[in-house]
Amino acid sequence: MKEASKTTKLIVAAVTVAMILLPLIHSGGSVTAVIGFLVPFVTTVAILAIIAIGLNVQWGYTGIFNFGVVGFFMVGAFVAAIVTKSPADSEFVQYVGGFGDRLAFLPFLDSREWLPFVFGVLAAALASALLALLLALSALRLREDYLAITTIGVAEVLRRVTIEETWLVNGTRGLTGIPRPFAGWFEPNVYRFVFLGLALAMLFLVYLMVERGISSPWGRVLRALREDEDVVAASGKNVFAFKVQGFVLGAAIMGAGGAFFAFQQGAISPETFTHFFGTFIIWAMLVLGGSGNNIGAIVGTFVVWGFWSITLQIQGFKLPVYIVDRISFFRDFVIGALIVIVLLAGPKGLVPERARVSRWLDSRVRELRRQEAATQATATVEPASSPVE
Amino acid sequence: MTAAPAVATQPLLEAVDITAGYGGVDILRGVSIRVQPGEMVAIIGPNGAGKSTLMKALFGLLPVRTGRVLLAGEEITRESPDRLVRRGMCYVPQTDNVFPSLTIRENLEIGGFARDGGRGERMEQVFSLFPVLAERPNERAGRLSGGQRQLLAIARALMLDPQLLLLDEPSASLSPKMVDMVFEKVVEINATGTAILMVEQNARQALSLSHRGYVLAGGENRLEGDARQLLESDEVRRLYLGE
Amino acid sequence: MSTETVSPRVEAAPARLWRLGDAAGSVVLFGAIGLFVIWSALTHPSQFVAGLVVGSVLALGALGLTLIYGVLKFAHFAHGDSMMLAAYLAFFVLSGNLVGTRGTDVRVPWSFADLPGATEPIWRFSFGYGLLLSMVVAAALAAVILILVDRWVYRPLRQRRAGLAIFAIVSLGVAIAMRSLVLMIWGPTPRFYVSGIRPTLQLPGGPRIPTDQLFIVAAAIVLAVAVYLLLYRTTTGRAMRAMADNPDLARVSGIDTEAVVRTTWLVSGGLIAVAGVLLALQSQLKPELGFILLLPVFAAAILGGIGSPHGALVGGLVVGVLQEVAVTVGPLSPGYKFSIAFVVLILVILVRPRGLFGA
Repeated sequence: MKEASKTTKLIVAAVTVAMILLPLIHSGGSVTAVIGFLVPFVTTVAILAIIAIGLNVQWGYTGIFNFGVVGFFMVGAFVAAIVTKSPADSEFVQYVGGFGDRLAFLPFLDSREWLPFVFGVLAAALASALLALLLALSALRLREDYLAITTIGVAEVLRRVTIEETWLVNGTRGLTGIPRPFAGWFEPNVYRFVFLGLALAMLFLVYLMVERGISSPWGRVLRALREDEDVVAASGKNVFAFKVQGFVLGAAIMGAGGAFFAFQQGAISPETFTHFFGTFIIWAMLVLGGSGNNIGAIVGTFVVWGFWSITLQIQGFKLPVYIVDRISFFRDFVIGALIVIVLLAGPKGLVPERARVSRWLDSRVRELRRQEAATQATATVEPASSPVE
Repeated sequence: MTAAPAVATQPLLEAVDITAGYGGVDILRGVSIRVQPGEMVAIIGPNGAGKSTLMKALFGLLPVRTGRVLLAGEEITRESPDRLVRRGMCYVPQTDNVFPSLTIRENLEIGGFARDGGRGERMEQVFSLFPVLAERPNERAGRLSGGQRQLLAIARALMLDPQLLLLDEPSASLSPKMVDMVFEKVVEINATGTAILMVEQNARQALSLSHRGYVLAGGENRLEGDARQLLESDEVRRLYLGE
Repeated sequence: MSTETVSPRVEAAPARLWRLGDAAGSVVLFGAIGLFVIWSALTHPSQFVAGLVVGSVLALGALGLTLIYGVLKFAHFAHGDSMMLAAYLAFFVLSGNLVGTRGTDVRVPWSFADLPGATEPIWRFSFGYGLLLSMVVAAALAAVILILVDRWVYRPLRQRRAGLAIFAIVSLGVAIAMRSLVLMIWGPTPRFYVSGIRPTLQLPGGPRIPTDQLFIVAAAIVLAVAVYLLLYRTTTGRAMRAMADNPDLARVSGIDTEAVVRTTWLVSGGLIAVAGVLLALQSQLKPELGFILLLPVFAAAILGGIGSPHGALVGGLVVGVLQEVAVTVGPLSPGYKFSIAFVVLILVILVRPRGLFGA
């Protein structure tokens, strides 16, 4: 984190210390309790960071505005759940799919423990990407504010569909008993570390992939697009195609993150995926961390989710009822205010974007300027006035 | 064409050695101009000479980096446009210079927004100067032809009865017939005592109507002087009149 | 004087075709909406009336949104939550209630309900003059809050010339902050301005409706007329419209643009507060109201043509009727009521982004 400033390191350190100290004090000095708190915390951070990186691909790198993150996140989670679960077997539970058993088709290596999950994550990414493609082809040409309301709307309608169409994913009762990869091979006590490892591995994979993509020529065009669409268009690139690709890739990453979220939670319902939790917090993470920087997205996720968990921990202390009653609302207030303050103070975030960004754009701009200057020069030689007789 | 007013009085507008530009680039590099009360002054020059930039800098739409602008002897270098109009200096931009969804009458009312009173009287005067606008005061400005729009834009700026009117290329993209019409009005307005500073591509016509002229090139003063003399000078004829 | 600068012959064929297509699009859109409205009035009178009631509230909300959009050029995503907050403010000045510990209420020593006869029902409505007073006070408070938020939040962004996206995220942040403040102060349980049975009224030749709905529609009409008079008959209104048309020219014409911005928030704040109170009067007051309102209000403003005041009114009524009628005739369950607004929004954005009356 070469780019991180002192303040950033201080904030990260403070959150880390709080994450260790609070459960330690709370449990009266039990290390087991601290680990019991930290493991799910870091797991969640890893999963939400995947989604924040997905949003970073869309907004931070491509400059596409997506206010419906929760839609892609939710689609990923539900698709992963119905792909990995066994078919519905009770009349009180209805959902489509349940391919888990059939997807474990390899007769060796205990494939039920892992193969369906590979398909689950892939299907989640694919479904989310398809949704993005559909949305992109119809709405990506819109102005930013129209795109914002459109993406909010899509997410809201999807939420509605999962609630109203009870045959689809069991309505408001949601899906429970979502299986976890390799869960059968380990003791629950050990398994939580295994799952933490899986989530971190996925985050690392996504991070590497996006970093690779972003420093490739393709990624450079993407970032240039965010700075100045006209210049990109003038250098003969199909702006729209690049935007669609950026949007779809980001959505696929969100879908994959959603899949891991479903595995981690074990039970999901439409109520889980509120606009606040699924969209706004992710935006807070990215904006605070520093959009345009994947490390920033991860740091932002850590800090915001750390703050979130700290407020939950505080609820366990003997505080006046007055405060305990309101602490979750206060937390929401802080996150809302945080976004406003960060964007007002200067939209750089904790880990600002690296300057490598616009070298390509700069060279393009310089070239265009040169051309323009050349045409200007010829224009100047001619008489400037149009003789009117 | 009346003779130029006596030069003895204090200049109405004086810009001394101003630099201004966009971003990090200086478009104007030490430009000086002056306008006497009641005078009509034309600024000509090639594309990219900084003519429109000068207008914006004078009117406080673009920060002046160095140099000073004085209006009737008082410093106005960092004054905001809404203050300037109250001090008797109005500006007509080159494009987007009317409110398209407002009617002719409403455009004029907005023009007189900064007036304390006598808005109705002034509107009658302006209408009498522009009978074509008075014909249909309730027509939306967006439905007018280009020439009529230009007249409305000038009329709007006249609502405050300014001492000085800045016109940014009043003849741009008008048909020859309309250009004559607009210039005729500008002369008429000047005859009522309003000083006029205009930027023009149409160098020959602008100079032939003005008292004095400035030639800008590359963001600097190139030539200045009596409009007639400029019109006849070899350099102007060669460079800007295509002769 | 008739010489056009661009002769009609120069206009390219594609442009003509485009204009033709645009005209056809507007005919189809207007026609479909007109037919639907007439059809629902004839076949589903009670849903139609309910739709008009909800629609007149949406119309006020959309009117405020469209004014803000016109003058300030940004989509105000805190609009729904501002309506909700204002409705809570009215609740507070009327009843004096705040949530205490464990969901029980505490009451401040004095509120409008303590005025003599303030809760005595007027005519056959369910409420007394206390609610009307509270509505006025809430409108003033909402205007002050919005002006302060503008000064501290939106004005710095304006001066920095921030993009539409930044305005959208920031105003959503403001919305979240407003909602969580309401939750902290009044708690999550639904609130009512008046308790007890709501008197009803038999419409001549129509359905029986709660009497209060008559008041809602009447108040909406009065306010819409007031805003119309302000915009088209006063200097302030003309300055607002001028700024919506061309902010730079408004500035060089000598208009104090920040003063116009404040006026816009003042007017929108009033509209927001009245719309919020009327909506809470019609159903109930809860913190989720803000988000629920966001899509229909945006749909109404965009359908009417964002920036167009009469468009917002028509759009509000159409979205209201559509919402109420569509879920009773189609195969959709009532849960989709608010999704209808979204479908309208998408169709308009894709087919005719400038809406019915937009420029």
